[in-house]
Amino acid sequence: MILPIIRTALVSLRRDRAALALSFILPITFFSIFAVIFGGRRDTIPKITVIVVDEDKSHTSQRLVKGLEREGSLVIRTRPASKNKNVQLPEFTAATAEAAVKAGDAPVALILPRGFGENPISFRGDQDRPTIQLLSDSSDIVAWQMVSGLLQKVAMTSMPDVMAEQGSKYADQFVGGLTTEQRKRMDVGLEQLRRRENAETGTGENAGGDAPSTGGIIAVKTRAVVGENKDNPMVSFYAAAIGVMFLLFTASGASGSLLDEAESGTLERVLSSRVTMTTLLAGKLVFNTLLAFSQLVVMFVWAWAVFKLDFLDHIPGFVVMGVCTSLAVGAFGMLLASICRTRAQLGALSTLVILIMSSVGGSMFPRFLMPEAMQKAGLLTINAWAIDGFTKVFWRDEPVSHLWPQVSVLLGIGVVLFAIARRIAHRWESV
Amino acid sequence: MSAPTGPTSPSFLPLQIEALVKRFGQVTAVNDITLELRGGECLGLLGPNGAGKSTLIRSIVGRVVPDAGRVAVFGSPANSVAARAALGWVPQELALYPRLTCKENLESFGRYHGLAGTGLREAVAWCLDWASLKDRATELTKNLSGGMRRRLNMAAGIIHRPKLVLMDEPTVGVDPQSRNRIFEMIEKLHAEGTAIIYTTHYMEEAERLCDRVAIVDHGRIIALGTNQELVENAFASRSQVLARFSSSVGVVSAWVEHRGGRLVDSTAEFTVERPTEIASLLDDATRAGLEVVDVSLRRPNLESVFLHLTGRELRD
Repeated sequence: MILPIIRTALVSLRRDRAALALSFILPITFFSIFAVIFGGRRDTIPKITVIVVDEDKSHTSQRLVKGLEREGSLVIRTRPASKNKNVQLPEFTAATAEAAVKAGDAPVALILPRGFGENPISFRGDQDRPTIQLLSDSSDIVAWQMVSGLLQKVAMTSMPDVMAEQGSKYADQFVGGLTTEQRKRMDVGLEQLRRRENAETGTGENAGGDAPSTGGIIAVKTRAVVGENKDNPMVSFYAAAIGVMFLLFTASGASGSLLDEAESGTLERVLSSRVTMTTLLAGKLVFNTLLAFSQLVVMFVWAWAVFKLDFLDHIPGFVVMGVCTSLAVGAFGMLLASICRTRAQLGALSTLVILIMSSVGGSMFPRFLMPEAMQKAGLLTINAWAIDGFTKVFWRDEPVSHLWPQVSVLLGIGVVLFAIARRIAHRWESV
Repeated sequence: MSAPTGPTSPSFLPLQIEALVKRFGQVTAVNDITLELRGGECLGLLGPNGAGKSTLIRSIVGRVVPDAGRVAVFGSPANSVAARAALGWVPQELALYPRLTCKENLESFGRYHGLAGTGLREAVAWCLDWASLKDRATELTKNLSGGMRRRLNMAAGIIHRPKLVLMDEPTVGVDPQSRNRIFEMIEKLHAEGTAIIYTTHYMEEAERLCDRVAIVDHGRIIALGTNQELVENAFASRSQVLARFSSSVGVVSAWVEHRGGRLVDSTAEFTVERPTEIASLLDDATRAGLEVVDVSLRRPNLESVFLHLTGRELRD
């Protein structure tokens, strides 16, 4: 009796082409996307952009910069990119570098202070010598830690003579003559090193706030210039990322009412009244938009109440981004519904498209950790623009006026998708 | 949206159709139909499934764009704003919102027709009363019985009190008791002077409700008139003799064919000028070795007319 059951199920599956396609296409598609993101070739691994400000301009500091430039995983920028290739913009200063990190142009900036070259390396973690400042955007939890480590490595590999010279100085300082006093000092120094070693093993590095790094031969003071006052830094990112993905699902589901009405004959009856197709679709778009916006409000209020998201100080930006995102998502749902002939088709197509958009657009995995090509591909999705906008509002504390690129794109997407949906919906008007 | 306007002009007929043609690929669903509906008249479109009745109705509503011909509702082209306001449509499907209550459904369709405020409230109350659904006003539509849903479907089509109502087989799938209630609703509407086009493939419905009947087959109107006119045109003063025999179907069939009659569901049908012809018919049957079970004489009806005109039964 099992065989007839299998046979019936197989025939049913074969007839349901949408389900059949989903069964095979969806896993392959997602495997491919994540393979590109995580398991691609070496040259697809994203490079970290680091802004370097060399205030010292010494031989030593320049060698350090050159050493950093030789690192394959870093892109070193000493001056802002110019739109005109013939015009070179002035070099970054500490202030402009900090502004650039705040604006999201780079996740990390290094400031090499004046006097750095005179005493670049210390095995003692001297507090009074010039310290490199590492300015970070703590939304990118990987970049600053990687740069911090590479900085120490570059110091070792690109300045061996400086190391030797410094070592000699230490030898003179600590072991010259081996007098009683020298022996004492050496013991003290060793004891300090041991204590430091123990302390580091116990606490690790400080991820945010002002904190001099004592773990390396180069003294680095790390400071988070974005998100330093956030209680829960990644909450706003995930509220937007997850929110947009579910908004897309909700909108496509709500738009499916159009297919239900077409199937039951209600759509024809409505269109035989004073309601035109444009009015009907516009009504459904407004409903979808309001529904999506309500979902966002609930999500962000929940994030505020439970995860301490700073919602109340960002309401204008939230409203602007929320409305634009909701409109784009609502129109997207209308388009999917107008393309599909049945609810089953809509379910299959929306699952496929939304999951792809969400994975490429950064709802499942932050885009800044993806290869550059994938980051660019993400710009074709509603998710990416929405997440970027919400990040500007909640993470970077940028004013509403700075949201114009995201607002323009999302509104444009909304208008264009609605226009296409209206055109396709012509098939329901009359035969 | 403003309040609904009435018919564009009382001087126009509720409905005028001229040489209407609609094709779907190779199939001609409506084939050169010309038809007029008079004020306050109930016209039946009688024909088997697939005859083109629903396509004709949908052409009047404006949901189907004809390949040729013209449809005017109170003088306005089909699908114009004036035509939409003047006509009400009760589709064959249960075109309702299942998760809305009866009242909410009526309110929604009322608003779609431009009703608001007191006008809407009064229209909803009237419709609930008309459809005998007052005590079910707050019931979800999906929880209603089939007959109740049918009545609500009708009420939603006339919420804006149109002067012309198109009803596309409103009794499909309804039990006899609910069907009677639906007939009463239509009769009430008709008595108030509403012009109605009523499509059905049930002869008895057309006979009971319609002032005139158009018999539709293969996209054409093959006969049009009152019940009496149709029967007289087809049969004049002739009557029908129905006889059943206990003999084998093959023998009966051969004899019926020889006598110029028809065998329908094991019953032999003959048309006779005078009742006295029955005796000679039965004598002939006896001579042919057939054993008569019963015999009856009846006046031809619309079904007889349809059979006479098309050679097929109405429910084929």
